[in-house]
Order: sequence, then C-alpha cells, then structure tokens
Amino acid sequence: MIQLKNISKHFGKLRALDSVTTICEKSECIALIGPNGCGKTTLIKTILGMVVPDSGAITFQGNNIINHWQYRDQIGYMPQMGRYPDNMTIGQVLGMMKDIRGKSEGLDEDLIKAFSVQNLLNKRMGTLSGGTIQKVSAALAFLFNPSVLILDEPTAGLDPVASELFKEKILAERDKGKLVLITSHILSDLDDLVTRIIYMQEGKLIFHKSIEELRQDTGEERLVKSIAQVMISNYE
Amino acid sequence: MYCSATAANIYVGAKRSHKTVSSAILSARDGDTIFVDAGHYREKNLIIDKSIILKGIDFPVLDGEKKYEIISITANGAVVDGFKLIHSGVSSLEDLSGIKVYDSRDVVIRNNILEDTFFGIYIQNGINCSIENNQLIAVGFEEQQSGNGIHCWKGDSLKVIGNQISGHRDGIYFEFVKNSVIWRNVSKNNLRYGLHFMFSNDDMYVNNVFRNNGSGVSVMYSNRIKMFSNYFEENWGDAAHGILLKEISDGFMEGNYFTRNTSGIYMEGANRIYMKRNVFENNGWALKIQASCMDVVLELNNFIGNTFDVGTNGSLVLNKFKNNYWDKYEGYDLDKDKIGDIPYRPVSMYSMIVEKYPPAMILFRSFITSLLDKTEKLIPSLTPENLKDTAPMMKRAF
Amino acid sequence: MNKIIKYVITDILRNKIVLIYTGFLLAASLSVFSLEDNSSKGLLSLLNIILIIVPLVSIIFSTIYMYNSAEFIELLVSQPLKRNAIWLSLFTGLASSLSIAFLIGAGIPVLIYQANLVGLTMILTGVLLSVIFAAIAFLATVKTRDKAKGIGAAIMLWLYFSLLFDGLVLFILFQFADYPMENAMIALSALNPIDLSRILILLQLDVSAMMGYTGAVFKDFFGASNGLIFSFFVLLSWIVIPVWYSTLKFNSKDL
Repeated sequence: MIQLKNISKHFGKLRALDSVTTICEKSECIALIGPNGCGKTTLIKTILGMVVPDSGAITFQGNNIINHWQYRDQIGYMPQMGRYPDNMTIGQVLGMMKDIRGKSEGLDEDLIKAFSVQNLLNKRMGTLSGGTIQKVSAALAFLFNPSVLILDEPTAGLDPVASELFKEKILAERDKGKLVLITSHILSDLDDLVTRIIYMQEGKLIFHKSIEELRQDTGEERLVKSIAQVMISNYE
Repeated sequence: MYCSATAANIYVGAKRSHKTVSSAILSARDGDTIFVDAGHYREKNLIIDKSIILKGIDFPVLDGEKKYEIISITANGAVVDGFKLIHSGVSSLEDLSGIKVYDSRDVVIRNNILEDTFFGIYIQNGINCSIENNQLIAVGFEEQQSGNGIHCWKGDSLKVIGNQISGHRDGIYFEFVKNSVIWRNVSKNNLRYGLHFMFSNDDMYVNNVFRNNGSGVSVMYSNRIKMFSNYFEENWGDAAHGILLKEISDGFMEGNYFTRNTSGIYMEGANRIYMKRNVFENNGWALKIQASCMDVVLELNNFIGNTFDVGTNGSLVLNKFKNNYWDKYEGYDLDKDKIGDIPYRPVSMYSMIVEKYPPAMILFRSFITSLLDKTEKLIPSLTPENLKDTAPMMKRAF
Repeated sequence: MNKIIKYVITDILRNKIVLIYTGFLLAASLSVFSLEDNSSKGLLSLLNIILIIVPLVSIIFSTIYMYNSAEFIELLVSQPLKRNAIWLSLFTGLASSLSIAFLIGAGIPVLIYQANLVGLTMILTGVLLSVIFAAIAFLATVKTRDKAKGIGAAIMLWLYFSLLFDGLVLFILFQFADYPMENAMIALSALNPIDLSRILILLQLDVSAMMGYTGAVFKDFFGASNGLIFSFFVLLSWIVIPVWYSTLKFNSKDL
C-alpha cells in the first residue's frame, strides 16, 4: 500500500534518513520503534509530505506522492503534540476539518462519542488540557474513515480509560483492513496491537519483521523483552 | 457727475440720428452725455478728447477687431460707463488697451466689461481717476501675449474699486503711483501677479482678494503702504508667495488672511513693517523672513495648520515676535494669564534643513525628522537663537 | 482555500492582542480628533500612529502568530490540501484580520471626522501597510525556524523601515547635496513602503509646501496619475513579492 524506496534525508550534517526501503501493506498494524532521534518522526513526515526527501521515491497505492496532495485524503494523522488556534472552539475545529475534507456524511464518530468530545464543543482550544487536546486529535484522525492511520505517540497524554478505548478502536480498524502506523515509546501499549515491527537506528532501517518472526529470532514471548534484546545487541 | 444747464444728451444707435459713437463725439461739447444703444460697434480707435459722459445702455459692444486700441481718453473728467469692450489689438511695442487714459485727471471708468483685451484699463499719468466695478477677462496663455488688467503708470489719488480681473499677466499693476486706494477688487488666475506694485508710496489696499495667481502678489521698492483685510489665497509654486515684500519700509498690515500659499509672506529687505491680527492658515511656510529684514514686528497674529511657521536664511534676527498664537506651541500656562510661560521658536530645525537642501522635503514628517526636530527643541543648535515669540498666546489671538 | 481563511479570521479577531490593538487605535484616533482644536492637527498625530504603530503591530503580531501556529500548520499540511493554499489562506486570513482591526480602530474615526481625500488616503495606506508588514513577517518566519530569532528579525526589519532607512536617505542627501537629487529620492522612496505611504499622505496634507520647487517635482510625479499608479503598483509589489517568495520557500520547507 505504501512503498518506500531508498529514501534519504539530511538536516544539515545530520542524516535523518539513510536509504530507507520498505513496504507497508493493509490490514497491518506496524510499530515504528527505535531510540530517540532515530528518524521515526521524519519517516512519518515524509510519508505525510511534511518533509520532502532528498532522494528516493514514495508511492501510495502505486502513485508517487512527491508534489501530490490528494492522496492525503486517505490518511488520518494524529500528531505527537496537537496544537490548534487558541480562540477556535472544538466544534469549529471539527467543522473546519469537515470543510477541508469536504465530507459531512459517513463519518466515524466512535471516538468522539467514546471520549465524550461532543459535550465540549463550545470550549476554546486554548483552555483545554493536554489530554483533552490529544483526544480531539485522535478523534480527528479517525473521523473521516481513512484507509491509513498514522499515529505519532498516540497514548502519551491519555488517561488509562481513554487509552484502552483508543486501543480497542485501533484493533477494530486494523481488522477492517486498514493500515495503522504507530510510533510509541511505551512498548507495553503495543503488545496486543501490532502485527509488524520496523526498527530504526541513526536513520537506518535495521529490520522490518512480523511479530512472530521477531519472537522466533529473539526467543522472547513478550514484545518488550524481544525489543530490549534487539536494542542491546545493536548497542554492542 | 455734475451737468451744467447747457449740457445736451446725444443718442447713438441703429435707429438714432448718430449711427456711430465717433460721430456723436465729434458733435458733442464738454459736459454733454452720449447714450449708446445696445449693438455691435466697430469704431476702430475711439478717441475721447472732450469732457463728456459716454454711457452704454444694455452693454453695447465696442469691437477692436484685434487691431485697435478701443478707447483712448485724453480729456479731463471724461466718463465711460456700461460698455462691453472686446478684442483689442495686441502689440508689444505700444501697449494697446481696452481703455487707455493719457495725462488726464478726474476720469471715471465704471461698470464696463472687457473681454480679450491686451491691456485692460491703462492709466498713463492720471490724477484722481476712478476705475470702478469693471470686469476684465483676458484669454492670453503666455505672459508675452498678455498685458496687465488694470495698469497704472504714474498717478496720484487713483481709486481702483470693486473690479474683477482674471487671465491677465498682472491683475493690477502700479508703478510710480501715490496716495491711491485699491479696494474690494478680486484678482485671480492671472499669469504672473495678482497685484504688482513698484515705486509707489503712500498707497492703501483694503478688502481685496488675490487668488491663485502665477506668483501671488508682489510689492517692491515702496514706502508707507497700508494693507487691511485682504485675502491672499492658493498661490502655489516655488516662486509663488501670498505676498512678496521686497525693499519695503514703514508698512502696516492688519486683518489679512493668508491661506494655502506655498509661502504666505516672503520678506526681503523689509524695514519697519508692523503686522497685527493677520491669519496664516494652511500655508507651506506662513512667513519667510530673510536676514536682510529689520524691525519687523509681528503681534497678535494667528498661525494655524501651516507646514512650517517661519523660515529664514540666517542667524541674524532683528525682528520681533510677540503675543502671536501658534498652533504648534506645546508650552504651558501656569499663571493662567493666557500667555505661554516659555517662549515659542517658530523656526523648526527641519525648515532650516529644507531651506538648504530642498529635496529633504521628501523626508518630512518621518520618524527620524520628528526626532531631529524634538532634539533641536531641547538643545537649539541650527535654528536662530533670537527668533522666538517670548509671549505666545495659549488661545487664538482673536 | 476559503475554508481556512474563514476560521483563521474568526480565530484572530477573538485574539486578545488584536482586540487591544483595535481598542488602542480607536481610543487614540478618537482622542486625537476630539482633543486637538483643529482636525488637521489630529490627522498629523494619526499619521504617526499609522506610520509607526501599524507596521510594528502588524509585523510582530504576524510573526508571533505564525510561530504559535507551527503545529496547526503541520496538521493542515497533513490534510489533503495544497501547501500553496494553506500558506496563502493563512496570509489572507491574517492580513484581512489586521486590516479589519485597523478599519474599525482608525478607519471609522477618520470617516467621522475627516471624510475627505486626506482621510481616505490615510485609511488606504494604513490598510496597505498592515498587509505589507504581514507579508514581510511571513518572509521572516519562513526563513527562520527559531522563534526568538524570527521575532528579533521582525523587530529589526521594522526598525530598519521606520528609522534606519530614512537616516540613510538623509545621509545620502547631505553627501550629494550638490547634485539634483529629486529623481533619486523618488526612486529611493520606492524601496521603503513606509516612506512611500508617508509621501502620498504628505502630498495631501502639506500640499502648499510640497508645491515649492523641489516639492513640485514630487507633486508632479506623485500627484499625476502615472505617479499614483506607480506608487500603488510599488506598494502592491511590497505585498506580492514577499508573499510569492515565502510561498515558494514554504512549498519546499520541511516541517
């Protein structure tokens, strides 16, 4: 569904992405994992078109995405730290997004209901807590029924209840045949969710394996432990 | 006009015994009155050499056919009243005029309309003549092709009253004329000066309007001139002034209005001029007073909305400013005597800079020039130390 | 595109700083007109506000707003929208909000007290300056990623246009006092939108003084229709060029 070929990106002297090549298929939930500054967020941003790679090609459902924007219609993105114009209300933000997407029907309002966002529609964004803003971001990512979901540290600010609800939603969407890309530091959160792992370090893609392969390779049952083992072996 | 018992009335017109004015004059005697019916008369050069009254009924037209001087007066006490004179000849050798008076006294020229005349009304050496309520409209486009509206060369006790002059070279021209009065005239849109005044002493002008003339009004080389309640308006251009005073002594100006001129008054070599209760409003420079002026006194004048109040070219100041109202004054009046407690310096630093470097005008009212002016106010360095109003009024002087 | 403009405007018009700015303009212009005994003096005080405060607030507010909207811009970029459309919408929204604030704060009092050609020229140049300095702010924000640096650059730009530039011009003028400088002055004024606006107002306000010899050169140029078209065109390019260049930069910018 998403294909990356030899993607490289420099920021000054820093090699943020170094010849990254991989393929992400639908009905998968892929976790992007790696130490800080390994290039996870940059990779996500190149897929979203926020960062333009120096070289390489990205195709989305077979079409090159460079200088195109329509494909983003198929993507729901939840940023790490959402921030919205302070003086807009939640209702206005939702309205604006509906305007932008040009969709007002067939919306997926599960998370809006689950997080009780509809009770807060008149609240201004500037007055909301970080957790509530994350809820709004999450609800927005899922609202338009996109075929790809890109979630950057999604559970970081959510309370345990919301976090659980959110994970259930991700599972449901994956099972509907959607592709879900997640970056997270909290590996325990990912345990039951992910089907594949992409591990990155210093801009390089170290491996892209299914969770079963990883378990076999490391001999560990739990994700946390298998990853820890990978990290240790790579540090050496 | 006094008529003796023997005076006769003579009539001129298509249905009268006299078909032409000249034949009527030929048969007239001193003291007679000639009435001219409406009509179009081509009389070539009409010469009035008798003390007669020439009176037009419903503005008969005297046409100079662009060749002739229309009326020449050589007799004392002649009167020309109620004619329309058109198309005089144009000549730069002889000053062809609508009406010209030669060496005569007590001539009256009133209620005439002059259109397209080279010179309008010309007094050459006249005494006690009146020019009243005439309308003069010239259509010349260049100074060389246009003469003056009312031109007086040598004269005494002349009265120029209630005339309207436009489109001439100079609206009113006085040279070697004394003891005369210019009253209630409107001189506007003339090519050079609204009033041009030279070597003429002891004259007075009152209640005139001088508007939008090429270079405003010019008064030069004259003594003891009095000016009351005149309006000097909209004279725009580098060499245009509301009034130019050059080599003038013992003048008196009161109640005049100077409005929207590039400079309201430009003074050069003026001595002992007393200016009181005049209003300077919305001029570029209200007053340009060159260092060659002495003992000029300004008292109780209002300065309102001028770009620059006073401009000067030197640091020598022998003139006196007192009790004027300056709208730019920022002082205070603690003792409540309606007079500001600190002196006002009407020459701004930037007006000195613009005087020296005229293109600097383009930076006027920018942040930096305002800063310069404010600094100069605190620590005067460029502006003349003595040019100040020591007792400025807090409210308009009248 | 309109979708975003609408929301940006509603957001900014409720912004506290914009409300204070509008209130300040309103209070300042009403008080200069009612305190001064003649309204042309009021216009002069207002001229300083337009030439100093309006560019300052426009450039600083726009810069800060853009930096604070960085995450929001990222979110917009992740949506199916052209980058051009996002950038231009943000600019249109910001510029029109600042113009609306100016029109309410200064435009209405001017129309009440001085509804003549001078007043209208002032309103027009005030609106143009608001938009121009928003455009310059966009250029500053797209060039620098760091917020503190960007705001510093904005302040420096304002200082340059409102003070340093004129100082330089004055210096040049004194250095070349022996040469005819009128045409050079006209050319120089095109390099500073504040100067150009000031001259346009000056020609209305100080018409008598501007009719003097040098002034007449300026008056002939700026007062004639060609000069007015020139000025207007130059002011417009002060909007178009920074916006165009910053859009170009934004299109290939990594967020």
